[in-house]
Amino acid sequence: MRSADTIFALSSGAPPAGVGVIRVSGPAAREALLALAGRVPEPRRASLTRLRDAEGALLDEALVLWFPGPNTATGEDLAEFHCHGGRAVIAAVEGALAALRGVRRAEPGEFTRRAFANGRIDLAEAEGLADLLSAETELQRAAALANAGGALSRQVELWRERVLVLSAEVEGVLDFSDEEDSADLPECFTWNIGALAGELSEWLARPRSERLGEGFRVVLAGPPNAGKSTLFNALVESEAAITSPIAGTTRDVIERSVAIEGVPFTFVDTAGLRDGTEADAIEVIGIARAEAELARADLVLWLGAEGEGPQGAWEIAAQADREGFATKAGARFTLSAVTGEGVAALKTALVETARAALPKPGEAALNARQHARLAEAEEALRDAKGTSDPLLVAEELRRARLAFDRLIGRATTEDMLDTLFGRFCIGK
Amino acid sequence: MHSFDVLVIGGGHAGVEAACAAARMGARTALVSFDLSAIGAMSCNPAIGGLGKGHLVREVDALDGVLGRAADAGAIHYRMLNRSKGSAVWGPRVQADRVRFKAAVQAMVRAQANLTLVQGEAAALVLEGGRVAGLELADGTMFHVKHLVLCTGTFLGGILFRGEERFEGGRIGENAAHRLALQLRGADLPMARLKTGTPPRLDGRTIDWAVLEEQPSDGEAWTMSPLTKRRINPRVFCAITRTTQAGHDAIRANLHRSPLFSGAIAAAGPRYCPSIEDKIHRFGDREGHQVFLEPEGLDTHMVYPNGISTSLPVDVQEEVVRTMPGCGRAEIVQPGYAVEYDHIDPRALTPDLQVRAIPGLYCAGQINGTTGYEEAAAQGLVAGLEAAAAALGKAAPKLDRANSYIAVMVDDLTLQGVSEPYRMLTARAEYRLRLRANNAATRLTGLGIAAGCIGAERRMWWERREDARKMFHVKHSQKVHARELADLGLPVRRDHGEKPLAEWLRYDGVTPEALAPWLGEITALDPLLAEEMAEDAAYAPYLARQDSELRDLRASEALPLPADFPYAEVPGLSNEMVERLTKAAPGTLAAAGRVPGVTPAALSALLVHARRKAAA
Ligand SMILES: Cc1cc2nc3c(=O)[nH]c(=O)nc-3n(C[C@H](O)[C@H](O)[C@H](O)COP(=O)(O)OP(=O)(O)OC[C@H]3O[C@@H](n4cnc5c(N)ncnc54)[C@H](O)[C@@H]3O)c2cc1C
Ligand SMILES: Nc1nc2c(ncn2[C@@H]2O[C@H](COP(=O)(O)OP(=O)(O)OP(=O)(O)O)[C@@H](O)[C@H]2O)c(=O)[nH]1
Ligand SMILES: [Mg+2]
Repeated sequence: MRSADTIFALSSGAPPAGVGVIRVSGPAAREALLALAGRVPEPRRASLTRLRDAEGALLDEALVLWFPGPNTATGEDLAEFHCHGGRAVIAAVEGALAALRGVRRAEPGEFTRRAFANGRIDLAEAEGLADLLSAETELQRAAALANAGGALSRQVELWRERVLVLSAEVEGVLDFSDEEDSADLPECFTWNIGALAGELSEWLARPRSERLGEGFRVVLAGPPNAGKSTLFNALVESEAAITSPIAGTTRDVIERSVAIEGVPFTFVDTAGLRDGTEADAIEVIGIARAEAELARADLVLWLGAEGEGPQGAWEIAAQADREGFATKAGARFTLSAVTGEGVAALKTALVETARAALPKPGEAALNARQHARLAEAEEALRDAKGTSDPLLVAEELRRARLAFDRLIGRATTEDMLDTLFGRFCIGK
Repeated sequence: MHSFDVLVIGGGHAGVEAACAAARMGARTALVSFDLSAIGAMSCNPAIGGLGKGHLVREVDALDGVLGRAADAGAIHYRMLNRSKGSAVWGPRVQADRVRFKAAVQAMVRAQANLTLVQGEAAALVLEGGRVAGLELADGTMFHVKHLVLCTGTFLGGILFRGEERFEGGRIGENAAHRLALQLRGADLPMARLKTGTPPRLDGRTIDWAVLEEQPSDGEAWTMSPLTKRRINPRVFCAITRTTQAGHDAIRANLHRSPLFSGAIAAAGPRYCPSIEDKIHRFGDREGHQVFLEPEGLDTHMVYPNGISTSLPVDVQEEVVRTMPGCGRAEIVQPGYAVEYDHIDPRALTPDLQVRAIPGLYCAGQINGTTGYEEAAAQGLVAGLEAAAAALGKAAPKLDRANSYIAVMVDDLTLQGVSEPYRMLTARAEYRLRLRANNAATRLTGLGIAAGCIGAERRMWWERREDARKMFHVKHSQKVHARELADLGLPVRRDHGEKPLAEWLRYDGVTPEALAPWLGEITALDPLLAEEMAEDAAYAPYLARQDSELRDLRASEALPLPADFPYAEVPGLSNEMVERLTKAAPGTLAAAGRVPGVTPAALSALLVHARRKAAA
């Protein structure tokens, strides 16, 4: 909005660095240039200028740029100061900016938030931004960055255009069948629909972006006293769970989220599994919960007797330091949570496995909303492929287009924005 | 000084519907036209309906308009286009005898209560305080009226072209309306020029019909209007011929003499109905183009060669015609020509077809950049209903993209404007499956009755029909087991359980006739209604799926954008978007989303800013 504050932030890496780029966005960006550089350079041309503060003290010799709105990254007037990257210089220039009327330091994500409010980025990009702001691990950050940078939007735009071409072909058959040219659909028509649907299926099969938020879910399971809680503590590197020689110490589910080498994990400790006859009422509930956790797990670490764990679980031979320790024949890892032996190797394998199951860094990942829309488009395309009446084919293609439109926010509705407003407080 | 509630200028298809609709609403209405005997004239092809256009005819009829019944009165050839495809794209089309069609229109206009006919040239609008206060005729007669509907067709600044020849006029042999054109140009309205054309007319006695493939009228019983009990006129057949290489050569050799290519006509013509010189120029590799030879009436020898609209000089027209099979000796009775005319940029209109800058002035028909009788008639109907409703303090029927092609057209025009003459296509309607030509009465007549624009005859017909529809619903909800259907030899698997008849109707090969044991005689009583109900059942799952989409649409229709919304103040919108949005002045966020070039990002920005404004 015109009346909004003018904001600034260091948009390059943290000092010290070679250059520090300070961006200023908002109605007072021009005044900021005048105040510090003494003049407004030609739009979109870098020019070398001395920066001075209000008292006329020299701050730095810097390149300054002027981008008049609305065709700028934020949709507002924008100025850039490319200063020498030392800490003191940056602090001095920032201080001079903050001293100007109506100019303040930006809040996290505020530049991009303005870009959305000013129509410079679409819904999918904005969602990427929201993810970016809440990213805690490097992997989460990289995936959010891909969406915020428009990778998904561009892909959807390409799909949408392909569907438009297909639609135009059917519409030709429907509306101009009395003209000779367009009596029939081209032979490759159905094949093209199938190919597009196939591409969407591949995207749908990819790991989803919430997986990044929730982390890769690893559940530790086995009979009482197997050493689950001890290993859990070792993995999350804190004394999160109580351990003791009493069988049945852990009675409820305990979870902890940690990042190992930038990969987000959620580790889950569970009550030891044993027959209801030996366990008291509370433990029985704990066991039921443990079983539910097994079903939700991405991976189970099985500390019990060989072959008795759930399918696909990793066999762990724990407490290897104990006297009379007997390993399992098919143990994937032999370790001691107490001495730490073998734990590092387990971590390395976990990181590798989780990486493969989570969205790749830099690859656009779908969130639940986007996944649902894309699934709708895919279903519509499959239905179109299975229909011979061109009228219904056209309707299915339209449905696919609508799903794409909703994905990137073309079919804007209040609900959709309410959701987003909730995350961003754009309306304030 | 004469005084009326609504005054309509122009006795073409738009004007006739506007005047009759306003009068049906109960407004004291006048219709002013150059020549009262030309009311109901068809300037071009004597055909009514077709793909997309047939829907418009049925919708105009469902709101008790004139076009459908007049088409039936003149019909001498019927075809249901797209019959092999889904019924939502069937296009009823008739060829009408010009004389009978016109006579029927005139009879209906004269019989219309509340309607006064005035012969004369509308010369100047009288404005007071920026809004319409009256009209002055060329002979000085003054009318006091606050609601004026302009339906002047191609007559505003019309210039006719034929080879090197130029004539002023809106149609061959008729004057143009220059004073009015000057006033409108002066009024600072956004005006532009478009062109259209018509083919030469041939003398049917000089065509060798025997060598040509015949195209008979269909033998079915449908009519354009359900109030027409049966087909009355004898049926004629058409014939199909083609243009030839020799003809194309003649066109190519003379392209520089066509005003379209010599630069004399700069305006855009219809892409969907191009002149023959355009076709040759653009699709030069084609060996020939199909030409339908359509008789213009029962009592005339005139034949309309559909497909060779042209403005080439007469000698070239003759050469081209004579190279077509069966036309070696054909005589041209009336050469083809092109017409270039002024139209108003329809984005200057609000959804009731009122000029935003001049309250009280409505525009309908070709003046809004459309082409075709049906498009003109449908707009005339809207403008007439809205003008009368405004004059009387009533409400016109609420039309929207989900209930009519009429609203699709008005919405397209007022939001997107035109770059070529606008013609209806079924592809323009996103809710096409619910907008079938054969369910127009179900969709619209009830709305018309509520608004008060439906005459007694149709109201009675509709009420009887609604009763029958209820009976169908009862019958359709009867549950029948798959076994019983299979026993009758229907293609249904025995283990498919018990379902209501409505669901069985979705199965291939299960027709209303086949379900006679359960439906009883109602199918035979009204086969057309039975067909409509069966299609409703067949499309029901698709329609149910559209419901959530319609909810979204209604939600974004609930966010109004005022006409003076400061688009330029929304940072980040490109100048082009700001210009388009300002011109179209969409009334709601939903409408803004249909303005071309408005990106998803821009739409979100609009929503954010509209909300902020509303909150401020
Ligand atoms: C040469 C030509 C070729 C065409 N070709 C095609 C085609 O190929 N396909 C197609 O679909 N459509 C075609 N059309 C279009 C179709 O005829 C029109 O779209 C349709 O008739 C428009 O209806 P209307 O009511 O808007 O105007 P019109 O039917 O043009 O009626 C205008 C009426 O207004 C009257 N009038 C005008 N000015 C004044 C005034 N100042 N005072 C009093 N009365 C006035 C005129 O006398 C006339 O009765 C063609 C039209 C023309 C003229
Ligand atoms: N020496 C040695 N002792 C261990 C090791 N792991 C666990 N213990 C001990 O074994 C006992 C049981 O360990 P816990 O981690 O509480 O076992 P648990 O599987 O969580 O048991 P429940 O919660 O009762 O199901 C504790 O006294 C631990 O200190 C190990 O690697 N080496
Ligand atoms: Mg434990």
